[in-house]
Amino acid sequence: MGIFQRFARLPLKSTYIWSLCPQYSTDLTTVDSALIVRSSQLIQHRCVHSRVMGASPGNTGAAPPRLPFSRVTQEDLAFFRALLPGRTITDPDLLKSSNVDWLKTVEGNSEVLLRPKTTEEVSQILRHCNERNLAVCPQGGNTGLVGGSVPVFDEIILSTSLMSQVITFDNISGILTCQAGCVLENLSNYLEERGFIMPLDLGAKGSCHIGGNVSTNAGGLRLLRYGSLRGTVLGLEVVLADGRILNCLATLRKDNTGYDLKQLFIGSEGTLGVITAVSILCPHKPKAVNVAFLGCSSFQQLLETFQRCRGMLGEILSAFEFLDASCMSLLEKHLKLTNPITESPFYIVIETAGSNATHDEEKLHKFLEEVMTSSLVTDGTVATEATKIKALWSLRERVTEALTHEGYTYKYDISLPVEKIYDLVQDMRGHLGDMAKNVVGYGHVGDGNLHLNITSPSKDPALLAAIEPYVYEWTSEWKGSISAEHGLGLKKRNYIYYSKPSEAVALMGSIKAMLDPKGILNPYKTLPDNIH
Amino acid sequence: MHRSSEVKHVASYLNTRGCECFGQPCESHCPVLTDRTIHVQLKTFIKIRVKPDRTGVVTDGVKHSMNPFCEIAVEEAIKLKEKKLVKEVVAVSCGPQQVQETIRTALAMGADRGIHVEVSGKDYETLGPLQVSKIFAALAKKEQADLIILGKQAIDDDCNQTGQITAALLDWPQGTFASEMTLEADKLKVVREVDGGLETIKINLPAVVTADLRLNTPRYATLPNIMKAKKKKIANVKPADLGVDVCSRLEVLKVDEPPQRQAGVKVETVDDLVGKLKEAGRV
Repeated sequence: MGIFQRFARLPLKSTYIWSLCPQYSTDLTTVDSALIVRSSQLIQHRCVHSRVMGASPGNTGAAPPRLPFSRVTQEDLAFFRALLPGRTITDPDLLKSSNVDWLKTVEGNSEVLLRPKTTEEVSQILRHCNERNLAVCPQGGNTGLVGGSVPVFDEIILSTSLMSQVITFDNISGILTCQAGCVLENLSNYLEERGFIMPLDLGAKGSCHIGGNVSTNAGGLRLLRYGSLRGTVLGLEVVLADGRILNCLATLRKDNTGYDLKQLFIGSEGTLGVITAVSILCPHKPKAVNVAFLGCSSFQQLLETFQRCRGMLGEILSAFEFLDASCMSLLEKHLKLTNPITESPFYIVIETAGSNATHDEEKLHKFLEEVMTSSLVTDGTVATEATKIKALWSLRERVTEALTHEGYTYKYDISLPVEKIYDLVQDMRGHLGDMAKNVVGYGHVGDGNLHLNITSPSKDPALLAAIEPYVYEWTSEWKGSISAEHGLGLKKRNYIYYSKPSEAVALMGSIKAMLDPKGILNPYKTLPDNIH
Repeated sequence: MHRSSEVKHVASYLNTRGCECFGQPCESHCPVLTDRTIHVQLKTFIKIRVKPDRTGVVTDGVKHSMNPFCEIAVEEAIKLKEKKLVKEVVAVSCGPQQVQETIRTALAMGADRGIHVEVSGKDYETLGPLQVSKIFAALAKKEQADLIILGKQAIDDDCNQTGQITAALLDWPQGTFASEMTLEADKLKVVREVDGGLETIKINLPAVVTADLRLNTPRYATLPNIMKAKKKKIANVKPADLGVDVCSRLEVLKVDEPPQRQAGVKVETVDDLVGKLKEAGRV
């Protein structure tokens, strides 16, 4: 009945959908039963444009037409205002920054921003939205790079910014429990005072929320050492689409009782449930941290350096990142940073973290001596003091920032076999020629993850058509991932088939339909418009 | 005294007390010594704790590194050597075994050899500008240095005295807070940063110069140089060998943390704000 009412309120939309989805036109006479029966299938067959009009490559990252969700009414606002006094934002000026993503490439037009403080409030909000068929866009620090954290149309923004309490911290086990809206950097500072660190670290740490990190299954700079969130997150508290609170906030290192539900929500980008609390295992703060910044003359030598590094530094290695000469020139040009060593085609940032400064320095110096004498590395420098370490890290962490000054950036976050990583960059340079202003490659080479960025003075559809789907086909050919850590969000949802078989995507669709039958949680994201 | 036209030694005194934070915004903790009202400021990335017996701050396990201003001093000395205006750069530091690491950093930046003046334990805790200046003056005479460059002040005690006292003990001219330094034959032109602006002076050699922030940007020590530095010599000297008594004339009575900053209070509406102000008796 609910679905039929939805269509009754929006007659225009219904005819629009009929015309686009001819398989429903024969069911017009028995609309109620057909729609109720097909309610779950409707989510899967959201054929908004691709099946009838044909997949147009330039369009697949763009937004689909608005699905027939309800619109926010005065009664809804009254409910929210009663539930969250002073925390129901409707002022367009205040809404502006939450409607646009960090890269300033996607903008929605939500009219309501809600700021709950407790899980109970989130539950009430979702229960209401589910009953009223109102779409919701959960939002943490809004630092996502695939347009997944902002509304596409008028979805209600559910912000975790006031859910920033640390709940408990056990300094024997190192297990931290906190609300989803805690900013990563604040958690790092909290833990460092107690002799621990967060198991993940990324450039956006000053703004991103831990709930968003978990929803995206963020990788970051420390993944090489501490593993992914799928291993370090011990428990979650999630509010489901209908308002039910799922409390799986265990603080146990080992718990094999039944299916591990939290894994469903990690990386689900807010489409299966809203994460409200996280319990995470935190490593001890290393007593000795060293950073080496090295220059290599070829990617092959970089890879050999990586192998030596693994062998000689092994247990103390905590990060192995790279950037190319184009990145360095952007850093020098836009951010006025200085290159600490002689110009090289490739630069490596190696971080070691251990419990004994003397042992670590000895290992590191042995390694450096080895790679210098064997000419794998042409130049380098080492830092052991906090300011110098920060300066060397900023050469890698601020590349994203430097790129924003170039104009418009097309970002690709690809996982590939490690030997092939730079081949993609060189291939793209050849393929795009003069069309692109700059083609740069950098990233977590230790994890096989390349950040390929292509810049142009402004948005250029011709350039985009040259890049996509070429880059995805290239990735697919080498069995790589078209999104290593950024997620799919809005921009990459329709490319999922380049990295996942149709049976897998179909099963994802079924899970989504089971957990969120009305599809109100972060619609238009993660799963493709057309699941086949 | 015969003065050769070529400057022979440039000695850089390296201060290795405390930890650094260099031009970055950060929390500063200011232990205040009462009765003497000597203001000590420690700007760090690491939380500084006052010792339970309140005789000083905890230095165990705190990483010690080269004072940022001294780094600038070393860089300036090496620049002079690269311009072939000086023959040899000697890096000197006073303290326990750990300071050797700091001297190695200076050697990696380009200094030719190092001198480690061993001062440890209780003597090191009470080592201040007067004793260091005496050590330095004695070394300068022994090594026949022509130019001494130091950082203008250490960032753990902010004394800003060593350079000046050294110059006085040697009866040498001094160019302090240098933001620019040019060697012209056997005279030194120094541009000083003073409260009123910039002052340019010309002083005779031998002289003492203290480096200020804008003198230069220190280089990163690159790997080939770090490797070379391992082979450079660091000589060990004791203060007694130089005829210097490191006994302190000062006694620290008490070290306290500054009062804790109270967290602010956020209010939802203007009425709440007025209410809170009235409560606090401010309105």
